[in-house]
Amino acid sequence: MNKKAFQKIYTQLEAITKATVSLKAKGVSNDELATVDGRLAQVVKTKGDTVTLQIFGGTEAIPTDAEVVFLGSAPTLKVGDGLAGRFFNAYGEPIDGGPEIEGEEREIGGPSVNPYKRKQPSQLIPTGIAGIDLNNTIVSGQKIPFFADPDQPYNNVMAQVALRADVDKIILGGMGLSNDDYLYFRHEFERAGALDKIISFVNTTEQPPVERLLIPDMALTAAEYFAVDKNEKVLVLLTDMTLYADALSIVSNRMDQIPSKDSMPGSLYSDLAKIYEKAVQLPDGGSITIIAVTTLNDGDITHAIPDNTGYITEGQLYLRADPDSGKIIIDPFRSLSRLKQLVIGKQTREDHNQVMNTGVRLYADAQNAKTKLENGFDLSDYDLRCLDFAKEYATRLLAVDVNISIDEMLDTAWELFARYFTKAETGIKQSLTDKYWKETK
Amino acid sequence: MKSTGKVTGIVSNLVTVETDGPVSQNELCFVTSGDTRLMAEVIKVTGKTASIQVFESTRGLKNGNKVEFEDRMLEATLGPGLLSSCYDGLQNDLTTMTGVFLKKGEYTSPLDHEKLWDFTPLAKPGDKVIAADWLGEVKEGWLPHKIMVPFSFKGEYTVKSVAEAGQYNIDKVIAVLTDEDGVDTDVTMTQKWPVKVPIKGYREKPRPSRIMETGVRVIDTLDPIAEGGTGFIPGPFGCGKTVLQHAIAKQGDAQVIVMAACGERANEVVEIFTEFPELIDPHTGRHLMERTTIICNTSNMPVAAREASVYTAMTICEYYRAMGMKVLLLADSTSRWAQALREMSNRMEELPGADAFPVDLSAIISSFYARAGMVVLNNGQTGSVTFIGTVSPAGGNLKEPVTESTKKAARCFYALEQSRADRKRYPAVNPIESYSKYLEYPEIQEYLSEKVTPGWTNMVEKAKNIIRRGKEANDQINILGDDGVPMSYHELFWKSELIDFIILQQDAFDPVDSLTPLDRQKYMLELVLDICDRTFEFEDYEKCRDGFKEIINLLKQMNYSEFHSDNFNRYRTELDSLLERLAAGTAAA
Repeated sequence: MNKKAFQKIYTQLEAITKATVSLKAKGVSNDELATVDGRLAQVVKTKGDTVTLQIFGGTEAIPTDAEVVFLGSAPTLKVGDGLAGRFFNAYGEPIDGGPEIEGEEREIGGPSVNPYKRKQPSQLIPTGIAGIDLNNTIVSGQKIPFFADPDQPYNNVMAQVALRADVDKIILGGMGLSNDDYLYFRHEFERAGALDKIISFVNTTEQPPVERLLIPDMALTAAEYFAVDKNEKVLVLLTDMTLYADALSIVSNRMDQIPSKDSMPGSLYSDLAKIYEKAVQLPDGGSITIIAVTTLNDGDITHAIPDNTGYITEGQLYLRADPDSGKIIIDPFRSLSRLKQLVIGKQTREDHNQVMNTGVRLYADAQNAKTKLENGFDLSDYDLRCLDFAKEYATRLLAVDVNISIDEMLDTAWELFARYFTKAETGIKQSLTDKYWKETK
Repeated sequence: MKSTGKVTGIVSNLVTVETDGPVSQNELCFVTSGDTRLMAEVIKVTGKTASIQVFESTRGLKNGNKVEFEDRMLEATLGPGLLSSCYDGLQNDLTTMTGVFLKKGEYTSPLDHEKLWDFTPLAKPGDKVIAADWLGEVKEGWLPHKIMVPFSFKGEYTVKSVAEAGQYNIDKVIAVLTDEDGVDTDVTMTQKWPVKVPIKGYREKPRPSRIMETGVRVIDTLDPIAEGGTGFIPGPFGCGKTVLQHAIAKQGDAQVIVMAACGERANEVVEIFTEFPELIDPHTGRHLMERTTIICNTSNMPVAAREASVYTAMTICEYYRAMGMKVLLLADSTSRWAQALREMSNRMEELPGADAFPVDLSAIISSFYARAGMVVLNNGQTGSVTFIGTVSPAGGNLKEPVTESTKKAARCFYALEQSRADRKRYPAVNPIESYSKYLEYPEIQEYLSEKVTPGWTNMVEKAKNIIRRGKEANDQINILGDDGVPMSYHELFWKSELIDFIILQQDAFDPVDSLTPLDRQKYMLELVLDICDRTFEFEDYEKCRDGFKEIINLLKQMNYSEFHSDNFNRYRTELDSLLERLAAGTAAA
């Protein structure tokens, strides 16, 4: 990307802020890349002869006589089969010591798929985690984030989901990853022997925050290459989108834009939608599925970042620590997969829908019983059975460390229903209980 | 002579242009960059500098790029073939675009110029006509699509000639009109109209006097929307806004439905493409797609075109209204449109209003809602545009500028509530906060008395009162405990639950329950109110709960059964005997 041609070199900056520089230059196009004192920058504004550049690496120690060279194109990524198994930085440069990628150079952040050419998502993506597969089934072409507090093991869960998912390529976009987390992902991918189908674009906390803005577009340009050109099933992991949004607010702040809610830029919705809407089921079989992480501030989902995300994505998966079972679980009440109805009972067993609803309803009854208990009311026999059920349901099905097939999840649920309840209490229709009810002694 | 200009500044999709001649506000122009021409609209002029919003990504634009002004505003192309089409916000036909990706600068024709239509003349030579008068008609699906005197024609014309009945394409001259000065003008089956200007060409706009059936009980029974009325549905994500809108689109008693997917998920539009062609319109038995036009500017499509999309949709609605049709416009979501306005206002460095929205947001929203309405055409027939928009309030908080501005403009308010959605009580419309101002219109009250039953509005008011009192009773029960309140509180609460489960809640995915015609809504409300009128003497609150649960269960089974079918009647008989037993105090617990 750091190509240099015979081009005019500018050496007189007119203004420097924490993230941008301005200078007089001609023939510059919007979104074009440049280098300023060797650092990569992008044109964000032109006004008459004055060009404003956003410097990804920050402007520390940039002198007013810094060399500025315009590179003639928007940020690009070289795409090719050689991407597989490699690690890159936010500029698409290898960071694993391997060779440069050979391939076609493509501008990142390209156009959207014509909505009329999309297909309805219909392929189930099994993850082995019952909190997802049983209650909030994910479908290829879907976009869904984990909503999690910063202290929860969302990166571990995501790595597990990725490695178990039956997909052709996994693309990791790491934004503001701690170095430890980056090494964790690398280690897990290597340990699973899955490196050849994984591509990573990583910006760690040691690197400048503004660089993060390139990560999702880099990851999704690679994803589009495999999904569109190669008709592959691609899973894109984006962590952590909250840090991405924070970087957006830094830039808009430096450009004197008027902030809207929670000091986020007014364009936050469109900015996030541009990324998430790259999730697609293509007519020729390829697909891009996006699983992201949005960290929350003390569980606050009304903050602009999770709020806008919720309006864009097709559901959300809440991670929560469950004190009763001592496990991290996927909260069955607040989690939702909007596309699950497209596969439940169609690609899974006929009893899936009823088992899912019954399990969640009984778990809700247990919550009511718990409230009664906390308020000092007496518990009925049914309440006590609900509480016992809830504990086992959380441990054996909701916990994120579960790894079983969907049929096993359904069988486990039937076993629990039979152990704690009567058929009438479950309210499942008779044709199903006749077939699946597991009598226990 | 059209003006031209050169680009002098670019910030995202706001571009400033140095012009060489006159330009007008909202004039359309094209920016040439390499071999692509990008459509844009003038949004501000200062001296020789015009600020334009480009409807596509401005990546690669340079200062000095040539700009050509068009001397016209953004227009919709109107004519036969609009129905069952799928357009983007600028009315490009998405179905005829090549390639999987939307190509920058690719514009496609909204109408098929080859297709032949069966034309029948309605006017004859010598007739005096004015703008919007009908000259002829073609069959579009099963709808009589009127070919009208173009809306832009001023003054009176004399029909010189009209084409004979026959098959023509949309570009065929089907009439020649002579104006007062004796100048002849050709009229084809298609015309253009600037989307931001309301189409007039009607005699008057009376107050709405009929209701538009949606088959959704919480709307039709509790807070009906008038034909030609306006309403809005605010709600946090996950509350079922889209499901409710789709239900209205599928069942709404309208001849033409226009759906504007404005800044929302692309997969939701795919759902419409996939499902609607299969679905049958319950009122006519025809395919739903035949009466539907989709304007689709999803969240990842260019932001500036988002604003245009709702105007394009409204213009198409007004066009069909001028043919005397009942049109329903659904826009999901108007908040995204407001956000597009905010982004632009921000780039123009205007002083912001609340939450950084432009200060004239309220005015823009209310003048848009004002384009809906019932009209009396020049020939005395009526047509209507009913408009329902959704609003996506930030953080689910209704005290935000878009919701507040819309509340001032729309006459019906359907508040979706998180807590109802959490308890899976769908549609999650809060019955207490929601309202329909149309219930206060004497003409609507009269219409309902005649169409449904005398005193209907009083019955509805009574049902709402029971819900309110039930909520109060429930609050008391929660504070004082089940044993701490008199039995009457429990009965009040359960009567409100009865209305909640039987009238308010409705299964949008059940083929029978999803669509409840008005006569059935009357039957059920009368039945439920009759039960609420009774006084039961339950021994304790548990008996009360169990008794009502039994009643609710039977009524629910009735909701799921075909009206007056054997099953339905059987449940009714069971219900009657249950009520008798409860009254006699011999009900088994």
